[in-house]
Amino acid sequence: MIDVCRSLPIWLIPALPAAGFVVLALVGARFPRRWVAIVGAGSVGAAAAATLCTAIGFLGRPPETGVIEERLWSWIDVGSFEIGFNLAVDALSLVMIFVVTFVGFLIHVYSTEYMADDSAYSRFFACMNLFVAFMLMLVLADSLFLLYLGWEGVGLCSYLLIGFWYSDPANGAAARKAFIVTRVGDTAFAIALLLLYKHAGTLDIQAAMAWAADNWAVGSGIAVAVALLLLGGAVGKSAQLPLQVWLPDAMAGPTPVSALIHAATMVTAGVYLIARTHVVFELAPTAMTTVAAVGAATLLLAGCSALVQTDIKRVLAYSTISQIGYMFLGLGVGAWSAAVFHLMTHAFFKALLFLGAGAVIISLHHEQDIFKMGGLRRRLPGVFWTFLIGSASLAALPLVTAGFYSKDLILWAAWSSDSGSPWLWAAGAGGALLTAVYAFRLVFIVFFGDERGHVERRPGLLILVPLTVLAVLSVVGGFVETPSALGHVSFFFDLLDPVLPPAHATVAGHGTEVLLQTVVAAITLLGVGLAFFLYVRRPAIPAAVKASPLGAWLCGLWLSGWGFDTLYDRIFVRPFVAVAGLLRADPLDEISSSVARVIAAGNSALSRTQDGRVRTYAFGIGLGAVIAVAVVVLT
Amino acid sequence: MIDATHYVVLSLILFCLGLIGVMVRRNFITVLMSLELMFNAVNLNLIAFSFRLSDLAGQVLAIFVITVAAAEAAIGLGLIIALVRLKDTVALDEADVMRG
Amino acid sequence: MSLADFVPFLPEIFLGCAGFIVLLAGIPLGRRGSRPVIALAVAALAATAVLIFLVGRPAAGPQLILGDMLVVDQFAVFFKLLVLAASALALVMAAGYLDRAQYSGGEFASLILFADLGMFIMASGANLASLYVGLELMALSVYVLVGYFKLEVKSNEGAVKYFVLGAASSAILLYGISLIYGTTGSLDLETIRVTLAEVPHQNFLLLLGIALVAFGMLFKVAAVPFHVWTPDAYEGAPTPVTAFISVAPKAVAFAMFLRLFAGTFAGEVEHWRMLLWIASAATMIYGNVAALTQINVKRMLAYSSIAHAGYALMGLVAGSDAGTWAVLMYMAVYAFMNLGAFGFVILLESRGYAGERIEDFAGLARRHPGAAAGMLIFMLGLAGIPPTAGFMGKLYLWAATVEAGYIWLAVISVLMSAVSLYYYFRLVVQMYLKEGDAEDESPAEMLSDRWAGAAIAVCAVMTLAIGLWPAPLVGWAKSGLSALGLV
Repeated sequence: MIDVCRSLPIWLIPALPAAGFVVLALVGARFPRRWVAIVGAGSVGAAAAATLCTAIGFLGRPPETGVIEERLWSWIDVGSFEIGFNLAVDALSLVMIFVVTFVGFLIHVYSTEYMADDSAYSRFFACMNLFVAFMLMLVLADSLFLLYLGWEGVGLCSYLLIGFWYSDPANGAAARKAFIVTRVGDTAFAIALLLLYKHAGTLDIQAAMAWAADNWAVGSGIAVAVALLLLGGAVGKSAQLPLQVWLPDAMAGPTPVSALIHAATMVTAGVYLIARTHVVFELAPTAMTTVAAVGAATLLLAGCSALVQTDIKRVLAYSTISQIGYMFLGLGVGAWSAAVFHLMTHAFFKALLFLGAGAVIISLHHEQDIFKMGGLRRRLPGVFWTFLIGSASLAALPLVTAGFYSKDLILWAAWSSDSGSPWLWAAGAGGALLTAVYAFRLVFIVFFGDERGHVERRPGLLILVPLTVLAVLSVVGGFVETPSALGHVSFFFDLLDPVLPPAHATVAGHGTEVLLQTVVAAITLLGVGLAFFLYVRRPAIPAAVKASPLGAWLCGLWLSGWGFDTLYDRIFVRPFVAVAGLLRADPLDEISSSVARVIAAGNSALSRTQDGRVRTYAFGIGLGAVIAVAVVVLT
Repeated sequence: MIDATHYVVLSLILFCLGLIGVMVRRNFITVLMSLELMFNAVNLNLIAFSFRLSDLAGQVLAIFVITVAAAEAAIGLGLIIALVRLKDTVALDEADVMRG
Repeated sequence: MSLADFVPFLPEIFLGCAGFIVLLAGIPLGRRGSRPVIALAVAALAATAVLIFLVGRPAAGPQLILGDMLVVDQFAVFFKLLVLAASALALVMAAGYLDRAQYSGGEFASLILFADLGMFIMASGANLASLYVGLELMALSVYVLVGYFKLEVKSNEGAVKYFVLGAASSAILLYGISLIYGTTGSLDLETIRVTLAEVPHQNFLLLLGIALVAFGMLFKVAAVPFHVWTPDAYEGAPTPVTAFISVAPKAVAFAMFLRLFAGTFAGEVEHWRMLLWIASAATMIYGNVAALTQINVKRMLAYSSIAHAGYALMGLVAGSDAGTWAVLMYMAVYAFMNLGAFGFVILLESRGYAGERIEDFAGLARRHPGAAAGMLIFMLGLAGIPPTAGFMGKLYLWAATVEAGYIWLAVISVLMSAVSLYYYFRLVVQMYLKEGDAEDESPAEMLSDRWAGAAIAVCAVMTLAIGLWPAPLVGWAKSGLSALGLV
């Protein structure tokens, strides 16, 4: 069994969704919907099965080096410069492909019903399959070049899917915004790759990391530069400060897209990138501090914004930004495994919340304003219970949810690790309060209170089953790694141990850990209680706060995501447009257009030599022969 | 005494005459004759060298060249007939629809 | 010479016989259009490929046959298979085109088969005499193919120009051969190579001979300034013929070029390298610059194919192993891209005429998104943009050129590739950004021709596949090297 699993080629995992894409892109438009659904969801399901098989092989007989490598072919091989299509599975990529294929499969199944009425059914599944293929290529890549290809590929798919309903110009604008803003980060990433290649002479991940560890001193300028540039790429892709502005707008895409790309997988690619290149970050303490600071700031700012949003998907979008902030916080204090653990549990519960939100939205005929919802508890019981579990996991309700275990590890590391500090812990704990409030605000407004909105249709099995599975995962997904006070299961960290070193703890102490856990648990419960008080018992209070001048100003500020859009518009977009307007007359282009003019002149001179007469041609050839003879004889 | 050098010079002169004919003549039939002159200049060369080297390969190639030249002339005449049918002329300069 | 010598020659014998059979079969089959006879010809090409695999491959190392007239080696096999693939694709594309123009398919297909036979001999010739005869068999068949539409002025005119200049150039080539024969005393390539390697020659007549042979080869690959016939012959010829002659004869001309200059005349490299450097640079510049303003797509692609010969010449200038197999690789890559691009020109029809103008492509993306996407792939490939095969081909040529120290030549080719983007993307802009004439009631349409469509699809898949997975082709091209007796 294990041998069979070990012999399964790894390339099958990305190749299956890629094949699904090819089939759907070429002939999908002629397929009946049922076939499209079978190919679209089936290819990802097959990839999930292949992942399971690979996982059995990997866990059953772990490779001695901790990595299963698969060399496919060499793409470019010129002199010493070689780029290979090589894949590698280690514990980290195993976790990632597990998340991508399983959560991806559930979302695909969900989409077969959710998108059932859409006219571009096959285009949707083609893009989704292409996305899954690129995402798998990203996490399975053995070289940073291939990783970069996957990185750009998922960005492309994100663009295509945000603008999926392209007939509305706003969706197109949102897609462009996402593409351009992440492009800023991608540029930094590309520069980091070039720097790394220039110094290490290879883009092979393991070789480059080993080289960096051997040759760069801790804190050396080049290591810091590469780490900060890599961080730039991660910040763009993962929607962290200061490049977080694209994610809320990205909600213009269909809800399954938000669940798959903008919650569970693509936006966490930045976390994966930093975990993958953690060797460089460990050599650059400055960069580590920056990562932690970015994470802490983002989780607080995005948490505040999530408090006041009225669009159900934007609440979840800000919550995603905030939760990835937690992951960055974990990465920044060296708690690599904890960050990846939170990545996994977050993928479960955030995908669940998006899919639940999608079920609500479609039941109410594409209504996204939470204040036009209410009392849906009785109308949509299946959605309610799963959404409640998801929210509890997001709020990190103690002991029973997956979110608790993963977040707890990050917070403990923020306090105890070498590079941690009480301030970082405090930011995380404050964020926990915000999270609990906004998560249950959503639950109480949407599912409790008076019934508002008319439920047009109830979700079918294809929607409820993925919700249920994700709800189960949102609970039990946390039990693979529990703190020492609570059973001390350490399956997950043991698995990742060969890839990601454990966090260095200076503050030891069992007592402190338990104390801090209790404090955070209390804060969470306080937040849930506060939400209950404000949105169920006394809804007048938030309304009154909103009416006061200070409250209104703060609300407006948070609603617009701290005004970053306006700021960027003032300092980047408008000056850029103004400069572009100035350059419209092309004063700088004179240099290049003069070249074009020379070439155009050359063109008309050359076309005169081609006058259509055989005699001229024969003369040209004779002259050429004389020149040829002269050149050969004289040299 | 006439040796190979004389033949080579003669052949070069004939060859250049043929080439100039192709360059300056307007009549397709004259051009075809000029081409034949070029091929036969080559043949003269080949046979002269073959004689001097006491090697038959050159003469064999000359026979090949004569054969090929005959086939070439056949195709050339076919094209002349097509040209005359289409444009009622054998002047090559008339064929200048395509240019630039 | 023994009877066993004929066994590796069987593919050529079969091909020649097949040419006659197709010619005769075209008479009864011709009543039902050109498709049956073209199917027969394609089957013959496939059978030839099988024969090459069975008997036409070198068992171990190059094998001289038929009194040292021909050599059977991996190098020749590479080009033979390339010629077979290109001919088959061109024939399949031609079927519907010939039917629409009401010309018979039998003669057409048999001429292609005879041209292929000539090219086989060019690819594996080991003697100047056999190379010359192969070259002429190819050239004579191609003259007739260019003028195949005998009632069309352009077709006839293209053939006349090609014929006159082609015949003159082969006379010049032959003059060069006679001088080499006179100075080295042999027509056998190996003997000449040994003679040149042993005794360094400064003989004027020998250099004159080499220069004239170089001239003949440069003419066949359409390098500047011997390219003058190309635009007119390509534009005038029936489009499937253009597709064919822009690919197969050019590839085998490079095969012969490599065999003569990288093999036989390698000893005199210092004399001919400068000529090829100049020709390569001039060809890249001329082809790309002259293509800029063309309004006829066929003529534009003709200039583009001139430019591509210039790129490939870089590999000869480099004169290294890497340069040589880069040329092999580039010819294969270029074949698929160019055939595919011409395939779309074959299929485009505007008001009952062939849609050859650039404006005919306007708004194509809206009416035929699949076709526009396919054309985009070929344009990207010809411009050398990753991840298409065109990028791979150019990359290896550049690597070889830079490695050999000819930086400036590489710089020129990069700059000219940038220039080429302008005219390739003029077509893309037409397809994707232009709406087409609003008052035009009958815009150009893609004909639905399953045969041509399938051939184009093969070209598109190959263009992408080689771009993503070049390793097999690279390995195959490298295997052709040892046969040339290079270092």
